[in-house]
Amino acid sequence: MPLYAERPPLPSEDKRWKIVNGTMRKHGYSRNALIETLHTVQSSFGYLDEPSIRFVARSLRVPLSQAYGVVTFYHFFSLKPPGKHTCTVCLGTACYIKGSEKLVAEAEKLLRIRAGETTGDGEVSLATVRCVGDCGRAPVALFDGELSAQMNEAKLEQRLEEWRPQ
Amino acid sequence: MNVEELQQIAADAEEKRGKFDYEVNVCMGTSCLAQHSERIREALAKEAEGCGKRCHVRRTGCMGPCAAGPMVLVEPAGTLYAHVGEHDAKDILESLGREPVARLDPRLGSYFEGQHFIVLENVGHIDPENVDEYVGRGGYEALVKALTEMNPASVIEQISKSGLRGRGGGGYPTGLKWDTVAKVKGAQKYVICNGDEGDPGAFMDRSVLESDPQRVIEGMAIAAYAIGATKGYIYVRAEYPLAVQRLTVALREARRRGFLGNAICETTFSFDIDIRLGAGAFVCGEETALIASIEGKRGTPRPRPPYPAVSGLWGEPTLINNVETFANVPPIIRKGGEWFSSMGTARSKGTKVFALTGKIQRTGLVEVPMGMTLRQIIFGIGGGVPDGHKFKAVQTGGPSGGCLPEEHLDLSISYDALISAGSMMGSGGMIVMDDTSCMVSVARFFMEFCMQESCGKCVPCRAGTVQMYELLTKICKGEATHRDLDQLTELCEVVGATSLCGLGQTAPNPVLSTLRYFRHEYLAHIEEKRCPAGVCACSAAEKPVAEEARV
Repeated sequence: MPLYAERPPLPSEDKRWKIVNGTMRKHGYSRNALIETLHTVQSSFGYLDEPSIRFVARSLRVPLSQAYGVVTFYHFFSLKPPGKHTCTVCLGTACYIKGSEKLVAEAEKLLRIRAGETTGDGEVSLATVRCVGDCGRAPVALFDGELSAQMNEAKLEQRLEEWRPQ
Repeated sequence: MNVEELQQIAADAEEKRGKFDYEVNVCMGTSCLAQHSERIREALAKEAEGCGKRCHVRRTGCMGPCAAGPMVLVEPAGTLYAHVGEHDAKDILESLGREPVARLDPRLGSYFEGQHFIVLENVGHIDPENVDEYVGRGGYEALVKALTEMNPASVIEQISKSGLRGRGGGGYPTGLKWDTVAKVKGAQKYVICNGDEGDPGAFMDRSVLESDPQRVIEGMAIAAYAIGATKGYIYVRAEYPLAVQRLTVALREARRRGFLGNAICETTFSFDIDIRLGAGAFVCGEETALIASIEGKRGTPRPRPPYPAVSGLWGEPTLINNVETFANVPPIIRKGGEWFSSMGTARSKGTKVFALTGKIQRTGLVEVPMGMTLRQIIFGIGGGVPDGHKFKAVQTGGPSGGCLPEEHLDLSISYDALISAGSMMGSGGMIVMDDTSCMVSVARFFMEFCMQESCGKCVPCRAGTVQMYELLTKICKGEATHRDLDQLTELCEVVGATSLCGLGQTAPNPVLSTLRYFRHEYLAHIEEKRCPAGVCACSAAEKPVAEEARV
């Protein structure tokens, strides 16, 4: 038995794994590429699940516990698949002063979920973020990653309405 | 790359500029881009083709007054336009060489009065993805000068002489830090640029990285030469995708021109930079946590000493400075340390970039000389509080800072003055609050932030922030007693004195500063079960009763 197990094969034919593998190769399969690789997995698949964490951990020869520890430590990584659409409300200081808490409450009421959850039909995820850096036009929210500034409850409702399945 | 080649690039850039009579610069910062400034640029470029004037339409970085976006700057007249739309393209081009378009006047009043641009000297004037334009404005002159005319010790001497202090918030003298790392012996040294701008309500680093990334790269290269490093990392938040994209392009361009790589300027100096993405952990702004994160681990801090200067990334001597600190380096080397130290106060030199936000007329990015008063910034540049409301407090330093009341408005901005007033410089967030903000709930907001962002390694911070948060919640709900307030004060002392890193040590600051200046608001919540600003739920529960009584 070799001291280090060989690198595992790609989990499936899915082309996205080749992108993930590319990131690891770029860093010479070095252990310190863990966070970079997890970023690639999340941007390719939308979230991190157990098989993908196992694959990355084995490929980089990082203990699974350490990989899982990293995933759960950083807020940016998500273990749950996102909805078809994502609404992210900024909770930075400038947004807070301008009433972003009310926006979160409104979105929770409209979607009937709590922040951090996805609607039952998998359509919309509601998230919060600590500052996206557009404080000059607070409060801001992101709709599928697109920045929308100087928000109010009416604007928010309108944007969420657009996502309602026909 | 040598001096002649650099001058050639600059001359070419100048010649290219000379081909045009007018320059129309469109802001492509996060804020304006979100308002479709790309489409405006396309419309302007299309109009420019057919208008018969020699006009160059350019993408640039953030021009400052974000709330007035999308912004367009017309040179050489220096006319600034606000809230520009695609349909304005025709009028803007027709007005070139004539009277400016009156309806697009930004009405910024005294926004630029008293501002002094060093870090932001290029924003609005260059294309952030074009290295030659940066060179055309004096870029990389400092690096070439350092490599060909100066030895590492004299570079450090100039930085020390300038009096530059760390712009990330701590205010540690930069020259001293460089000197320490330079003196430590190590096979491989590293330079790290801390772009993990975690302070909510601050966007200075984002703007600098998006608008003038070459300046940061040049600053890092000079630092690497001074301390003897060959490898650098820029740690950027993943929440700033545009900054990451611009940096990636900038690094590629710098390599292409030979400002990074092997044998830079035909010397033995080699240096290259990699980007590392943050993943949404505020604590990673702390230097030892940031190092752990670059190593691919959980971003937990470790006790210091040894400081990163002695044992940092992979145990090697490491220099860590903030984005804005590195951005100050090239002008200092170009113009000399004495030029820089002629600005500012006795112990805080140069300028500071602030992100002016909150309840204020003109929000945006400002750069002011140290020593300017808060009143000048908030009421002069920012235009004061809008909608007839009354100024209540200004928050600086993010979750580590404090809230300063009206009586401190004449305080001169400097590291030491802000600390003695109970706040701190921080990385540069400046959030103005009016009479509709409840200071207890603001303190609770910051405590919630620290509680969620605590890495959990040391007990005072992990457990203390939760207890303080719960006590503050109790006060907000109008359920607290004087004993709770005493306990809160005591906890503040304990957590501040015994936490491992800066996050825990400074977590009580928002509470302590509001207790110091707005104690009456805490007392109103406790004694009268009333929120003076009408924010907290305790007042909502009381109101109907009071109204019924009146009927």
